[in-house]
Amino acid sequence: MDAVIDIRGVEKRYVGRKGETVALQKVDLTIDEGEFVAFVGPSGCGKSTLLNMISGVIEISSGTIVQEGQAIRGINRRVGYLTQTDSVLPWRTVEDNVALPLEYRGVPRAERVARVKRMLELVSLEHFAHAFPKELSGGMRKRVALAQMLVYEPKTLLMDEPFGALDAQLKLVMQAELLKIWQSEKKTIVFVTHDLSEAIAVASRVIVFSGRPGRIKHVEEIAIPYPRDVFKVRFLPEFERAYESLWQELAPEIERGEDL
Amino acid sequence: MDAIDNSAAVAQEPKKSTAVARFQARETRRKWLVAGCQIAFGLSFLAFWQYSSGHLIDPFFVSSPIAVFAKLWDWTISGYLWYNLSMTLFATGLGFAIGAGIGFVLGILFGRYKFVADVFDPYITAIYSLPKIALAPLFIMWFGIGLASKVAVSAAVVFFLVFLNTFSGVREVNPIYIHATQIMGANSWNVMRTVIIPSATAWVITGLKVSVPYALVGTVIGEFMSANRGIGFVIAQASALFDTTSVFTGLLVLAIVGSLINAGLKLAEGWLLRWRP
Ligand SMILES: Nc1ncnc2c1ncn2[C@@H]1O[C@H](COP(=O)(O)OP(=O)(O)O)[C@@H](O)[C@H]1O
Ligand SMILES: [Mg+2]
Repeated sequence: MDAVIDIRGVEKRYVGRKGETVALQKVDLTIDEGEFVAFVGPSGCGKSTLLNMISGVIEISSGTIVQEGQAIRGINRRVGYLTQTDSVLPWRTVEDNVALPLEYRGVPRAERVARVKRMLELVSLEHFAHAFPKELSGGMRKRVALAQMLVYEPKTLLMDEPFGALDAQLKLVMQAELLKIWQSEKKTIVFVTHDLSEAIAVASRVIVFSGRPGRIKHVEEIAIPYPRDVFKVRFLPEFERAYESLWQELAPEIERGEDL
Repeated sequence: MDAIDNSAAVAQEPKKSTAVARFQARETRRKWLVAGCQIAFGLSFLAFWQYSSGHLIDPFFVSSPIAVFAKLWDWTISGYLWYNLSMTLFATGLGFAIGAGIGFVLGILFGRYKFVADVFDPYITAIYSLPKIALAPLFIMWFGIGLASKVAVSAAVVFFLVFLNTFSGVREVNPIYIHATQIMGANSWNVMRTVIIPSATAWVITGLKVSVPYALVGTVIGEFMSANRGIGFVIAQASALFDTTSVFTGLLVLAIVGSLINAGLKLAEGWLLRWRP
């Protein structure tokens, strides 16, 4: 398989008035086509920073990120990015938000309406098509952003804690949907989560980041075969083994993270 | 797949509970009470004015409500009101449109290009602190006596208020929205149309609302100085003839027109900003 995203010696230093903050240190990572990679790590270890660099929203301090043979410089339009912070446009209704990427691509109205409708059904927001974001809960806005990202069918998806604001049950439903889309449409997904079981349930590879400054500390291949049933996967012995091993790597980082 | 966490939303109108109904009833009662008090105040003011005119103060100076309303009626019937008011409205509207249009476009450009904004900042502040009405004599020199100089005065006033507000509005746009839409495939025109302009709307409308009375003032002052038609001209002429009733009637017309324009803008604002929390 070919590398979709190739991260080489990437570092991020934020320069502020009070000097430099090193957010990420020497990250090397190759993500292959069709992989489902999850990032876990204590908060503040640079997971969002890395996604921001892959999407081209912020500059890379040193190192390179290459996607499909092309170095990333400036905004990256070859990914779909579900950001950690709310990016749904408050002045557009739910359906107009989801239609946005299609509008930019000049998709004709009739096709736009049909595709938006299908997406809203997928995230079960079809009754809220005409609502403004202010009328929705945080979890619902995340689902609008998800629909908005999926509607234009990017091959590579960056997702920053997409299901963090959802209740436990809906979270499982959304994970199952995402796995289905990933498999049927052969997407490559980079998925940040603070929920270890979520990472193991969906990902083929879990990357553990150390506390600040972030580095890749450990990589765990998840041996559970696809298609997976996210509702049952956590009762498998492979799940438990992966959990044990990841937790051992992660626990000291989280403790360290707290006294930072 | 079934919806699960839709409880927090209000997209579909739920049945009103008694608590909601009671709350709404209280709000409605309060609204009527306020309106009642407003009318009562207006009527008492008029009554006091009517009484004091002749009893306390010479009507030569303060006229009286009855005389003013009679004059207003006269002007309406004879067409004199519309003949002059249409001129004032036309000049104000034209000045408003020109000033707001240029202010909006430049506000967006300056807002988008921080470097340009930084370079021009001291000059803009300097011109901004000038009372725009002081430009009237200059405009009369340039454009002569007539419509053009009046339009120029109100355009100059509106321009600055709309320009500065649009500029601030553009600077306030959350960069997250710009990045997110760019990744989705927006080009710079798309970003302008779907992010920057809607996000700055609140500021722009504030600029427009604040500048309405100024635009009117600009026109009227222009009409004081150089005109043969318009409400400002009517007021100036009446004061030269010591016709207090006509002066008050002219002022009343201006007050009503200003309130109506503002009410219109408020309606537009409510609709344009219906997405705000
Ligand atoms: N714009 C910024 N300026 C300065 N420091 C930042 C900025 N963004 C993030 N950081 C810092 O970089 C580190 C990593 O942040 P982030 O990538 O958001 O972590 P994570 O997503 O893993 O929780 C944190 O210590 C944070 O304070
Ligand atoms: Mg983060």
